[in-house]
Amino acid sequence: MEKIGSQTIRLDNPVTILETASIVGPKEAQGPIAKYFDQCLDDEFWGEKTWEKAESKIIKETVNMAITKSKIPAQNIDFCFAGDLLNQCISSSFGLRELNIPFFGIFGACSTFVEGLCLGSICVDGNAATNVICAASSHFCSAEKQFRFPLELGNQRPPTAQWTVTGAGCAVLTKNGQGPFITHITPGKIVDMGIKDSNNMGAAMAPAALDTLLTHFKDTGRSPSYYDAIITGDLGHVGKEILNDLSLSKGYNIKSNYNDCGVLIFDKNKQDVHSGGSGCGCCASVFSGFLFNELKQKKYKRILLIATGALTNATSAQQGESIPGIAHAVSIEI
Amino acid sequence: MEFFQNLNWMMLLKCFIVGGLICIIGQLLIDKTKLTPARILVIFVTTGAILGGLGWYEKLVEFAGAGATVPLTGFGNTLAKGAIEDVTKFGLVGAFTGGIKAAAGGIAAAVFFGYIASLISKPKMKKQ
Amino acid sequence: MNPLDTKKDYQEYVNKKSPNSPTLKNCFKAFIVGGFICSIGQVIMEYCKYRGLDKTLSSTIVSIILILISAFLTGLNLFNKIGKFAGAGSLVPITGFANSIVSPAMEYKSEGYVMGVGAKMFTVAGPVLVFGISASILVGIIYLIFNTQSITLV
Repeated sequence: MEKIGSQTIRLDNPVTILETASIVGPKEAQGPIAKYFDQCLDDEFWGEKTWEKAESKIIKETVNMAITKSKIPAQNIDFCFAGDLLNQCISSSFGLRELNIPFFGIFGACSTFVEGLCLGSICVDGNAATNVICAASSHFCSAEKQFRFPLELGNQRPPTAQWTVTGAGCAVLTKNGQGPFITHITPGKIVDMGIKDSNNMGAAMAPAALDTLLTHFKDTGRSPSYYDAIITGDLGHVGKEILNDLSLSKGYNIKSNYNDCGVLIFDKNKQDVHSGGSGCGCCASVFSGFLFNELKQKKYKRILLIATGALTNATSAQQGESIPGIAHAVSIEI
Repeated sequence: MEFFQNLNWMMLLKCFIVGGLICIIGQLLIDKTKLTPARILVIFVTTGAILGGLGWYEKLVEFAGAGATVPLTGFGNTLAKGAIEDVTKFGLVGAFTGGIKAAAGGIAAAVFFGYIASLISKPKMKKQ
Repeated sequence: MNPLDTKKDYQEYVNKKSPNSPTLKNCFKAFIVGGFICSIGQVIMEYCKYRGLDKTLSSTIVSIILILISAFLTGLNLFNKIGKFAGAGSLVPITGFANSIVSPAMEYKSEGYVMGVGAKMFTVAGPVLVFGISASILVGIIYLIFNTQSITLV
């Protein structure tokens, strides 16, 4: 592999995404792309006692499902990269503690899934591993509890607020496969444009997405039309509009082939999710469910997946800090 | 039945309008300032205590009854009124005892019912 | 104008770009629900007076009954739906105070009864008690200072 331009890595032996798995909650099951998910739950507790346990179970079962689907014996998987939104990433570390695979816990807020894909494919291309798995999860209820209010509190959500996706996605990367291939990685810089409103994460993250997007085009010499689809992680409806505007102001028109996982996963008119979905599980499940299927069916031949994250927590928000954003991009081609 | 026949409908109307208007102030705070629910409740209770201390809130209570006592400003008024009442009876120590004494019913009920609810009920996902 | 030139430009651009809350509709709903809750209180109050109770006791009973109703609806997982519809209409009356105590109590049950329910019960409503009680003490002291002649200091 080789670094090209200012911050993009070109993989010499492109890494194959062998298999994916996704499990989502009941609300996502009513969304427009529900049929692409491997499993939809009808109860957000999934038989567990707490939201946290439920989220752990979701990521655990998603990872197990991905391993089973890939037909690679678990002992042949070298490393696992996983993360989530809860404090100290307990969903993934508790959910995956019985996995018996060397584990890297990672945190990139909602960009975690693509951060995992980046690190995993570097590992594989650099001969440090043959097979790795990357996973991320989030749960509406555990996230509300940690970042906002108790579920039963009778508050109103402003129109810019986003809905944390209950769900997880997992991808199995392998060295010698037939594709779809991860060909380029553009890790993002932390970008903070001073947005403080934690009910407007899309606006906080859009500048980071723009930075990574432009850098990717510059480093690779590609243009927006090179891709069949440019998909951001969870900017939502508000953030999507903003990114459209911002990239146009920088001379790149992405309108025709751009979409967002947070926009795709819910039906804005029917599901009352305001600005759309968010959370680690949003990008992870939409990629593992919908996008991977489109790649397999060859409906999309080249996609640029840019997962976005808001690097904030409840304490920093109370202390009046602004919300730094980050975005990591991977280019996936068949 | 006799109670309903003698119900003061005019008072009920005033109560509805004043209570509703106080809630509109709260709604404007929610929509225009992005304050969290906790901050809005604090603003209302403190405002009520100050207006109560000045003796102004009591006039609104006389005019609108529950329309003024049920919103959280009324809770603040009750606290302040209780403090003043006990100060006149017991002096300085009354400032410390009067407020909570007057609001004791509400506070104790909220704590107790909150505990009971946590025993028998579980949070559920918003289904909207 | 390039919206990314400065943080201030970006904030202004975002404000313009973000949809606003439907304030008029929200205010109308808050007015109706808030007025309705107060009216329930008024009917209870009149009934207490009708039964010969004094004003202070009546209004305490009103508070307790409304708090009970609110706690009951919260326990039935219904209050958040009312709150989503009514906004300040259910938050500002004493029902909102009760809901803000009951909802964390239920939520943090998973952390046990002492450090969960007991300690976290006040995460939302605690400040109301802190500021309400402190304000009442200050009011009492200030009242004392202005009326020292008529009050005997203990």
